[in-house]
Amino acid sequence: MEFSLTSEQLMVQRMVRDFAQKEAAPRIKELDRDQRADPGLIQRMGALGLLGICLPVRYGGQGLDYISLGLVCEELEYVDSSLRVVLSVHLGLNSLGLLQWGSEAQKLRYLVPQATGEKVAGFALTEPGAGSDVAGLASTARPVDGGYQLQGEKTWISLAGVADHVLWFARTASKAADPHQALTAFILETDRPGVQRGDLHGKLGIRAGSTGWLACDQVFVPVENRLGEEGEGFRIAMACLDGGRYTVASGAAGLIRACLDASVRYAQERRVFGKPLAEVQLIEQKIAGMAQAHAIARLLYLQAGWMKNQGLRNTRETSMAKWYATEAAFACASQAVQVHGAYGYSDEYDVERFLRNARGAMIYEGTSEIHTLIQAGYALGARVDTPLRCELPAYDPAVWSAPGSD
Amino acid sequence: MNIVVCVKQTPDTAATVTVQDGKVSWGDAPLVINPWDEFAVEQALRTKEAHGGKVTALSLGPEAAKEALKHALAMGCDEAVLVSDPAISAPDSLVVSTVLAAAIAKLGEVDLVFFGRQAVDSDTGLTGAQVARRLGWPSLSLAAAVTALDPGAKTITVARMLDEGRQEVKAPLPAVVSVTKEICEPRYPSFMGIRKASKAPIPVWSLAEIGISAAPQSVLTWPEVFAPPKIETQCEIVAGDSAVAKAAALAARLIEEKVI
Repeated sequence: MEFSLTSEQLMVQRMVRDFAQKEAAPRIKELDRDQRADPGLIQRMGALGLLGICLPVRYGGQGLDYISLGLVCEELEYVDSSLRVVLSVHLGLNSLGLLQWGSEAQKLRYLVPQATGEKVAGFALTEPGAGSDVAGLASTARPVDGGYQLQGEKTWISLAGVADHVLWFARTASKAADPHQALTAFILETDRPGVQRGDLHGKLGIRAGSTGWLACDQVFVPVENRLGEEGEGFRIAMACLDGGRYTVASGAAGLIRACLDASVRYAQERRVFGKPLAEVQLIEQKIAGMAQAHAIARLLYLQAGWMKNQGLRNTRETSMAKWYATEAAFACASQAVQVHGAYGYSDEYDVERFLRNARGAMIYEGTSEIHTLIQAGYALGARVDTPLRCELPAYDPAVWSAPGSD
Repeated sequence: MNIVVCVKQTPDTAATVTVQDGKVSWGDAPLVINPWDEFAVEQALRTKEAHGGKVTALSLGPEAAKEALKHALAMGCDEAVLVSDPAISAPDSLVVSTVLAAAIAKLGEVDLVFFGRQAVDSDTGLTGAQVARRLGWPSLSLAAAVTALDPGAKTITVARMLDEGRQEVKAPLPAVVSVTKEICEPRYPSFMGIRKASKAPIPVWSLAEIGISAAPQSVLTWPEVFAPPKIETQCEIVAGDSAVAKAAALAARLIEEKVI
């Protein structure tokens, strides 16, 4: 069993840490206060190759492995959750979905510009009336000559206001049919006639991140834009979530580390009852708990990343990692605020932002309740993964670094 | 142009330095490329991008120092060479400069050698100048900008950053330049560069391979190393009903403490 990171992975970790500290950290407090996304951030991340880090070179990616993706997310969310969210939706949910399910033509047309950051990608699954109940979504795709006509509304969509492509999930069969067979996935360009969108504000956390809504009113998409087969949408959505949840899990490990480091720093500076706060046992207990949570969160996501590298199905492990890490991140952020006392309650320090940012991840990409049900299902034998028509390809350094055939 | 950039592997500057048993300890700090050397690598790469040629990163150190060279490769250097020999231990700058000068001579027709201004662990700032002296080349230290470089006429002009101001210095090539952080902003290693660097062969040269038969010995020793005494600080809030009263109370306290 090999627990050490490769020199390649260590270099990736250090590079992204430098980027996040130098370029994002100095501005994040102001952006969060203003509820404003950094307009140049996605382009900058694209220019550095972050948006295609674990995609094959022939699809415009950087040819690194899935563990590197996790390390990147940990470093990004150490600074702010909004940075990691970009990778979650653009790469984790959308681009990895295209890599897994897309035809070669779709990969060349959509994945390549996404991997380089030329195009921004999103994931449009959640609706005003359907979140956890994916099979109950109301958007429709009606077969028409040469393609489909999309009708419906999506909300709580990260990057909705800036995305060029989104994966759009809609009902292609009537509600009477098996709900899991009724959905179909589409690659939707947001400049198609009939697409409307807007931003949402007033969020509790991730205020420096872009979140919005999308609506399709009689939007035509050609049949070439269908991802996978008709009726395969539910399985595709769940497979995409295996990618997205992995980035949320690894990011949450970074958030826990940020809470730990901030608490250690403050506890060593601040004096109480004639001694450093760090020598008060009740504070030590909180800090020990954060260190423990980080170790568990990190091991869980690295295990899931390793399984992705091996080409092993990891729905169960990824769900466990996401569930544990996001709950732990919220608990650690709350304890970090407690360590900081009244200062922690003010935005003079970062920990109040960590607490607000941590809360959303217990809702998006599978609520904690959904993950509880998933884990119970596996443990009780009620849930068994069946092979997919398209599996996420295992990481093969030779294949990943090979240049395009043209 | 044939450019060489010399890099050292040092502890991360975020590390806590302590003294244990008369020796400096960096604890288990991660080892990184000397941060000053990143500016030297960047300047070497920019010189190559402007004038063509290749950049070779060179280091003296244990096998683990290859990681610092990989960082230089990941930033874009074409080749890297490590000089490593069990006969060298705790080298002072005279030893390091002897070895690096011999390795540069072995690299062939070199036009320019870049150094960071100093290493964050030993902080002598001498190695660049000593290498220049051993090669018999001009030493341009503390360069804050390369203001002109003419590969045809084989001349370089740099602006040196001095306490008194800036000084323009022109010298013939080949030359040794040590750079300050004002010269450029180091790029991040690219992911493509990281992939290539992790697979790149890094030749290891022994002293014999660079023509040194007897290992040079350090002449500097550190008979005593001690940590600076810890400064105890106390915080005192000066109270008062108004700003004037607070200022008067503060002035009284400062006079009492003989600060003013």
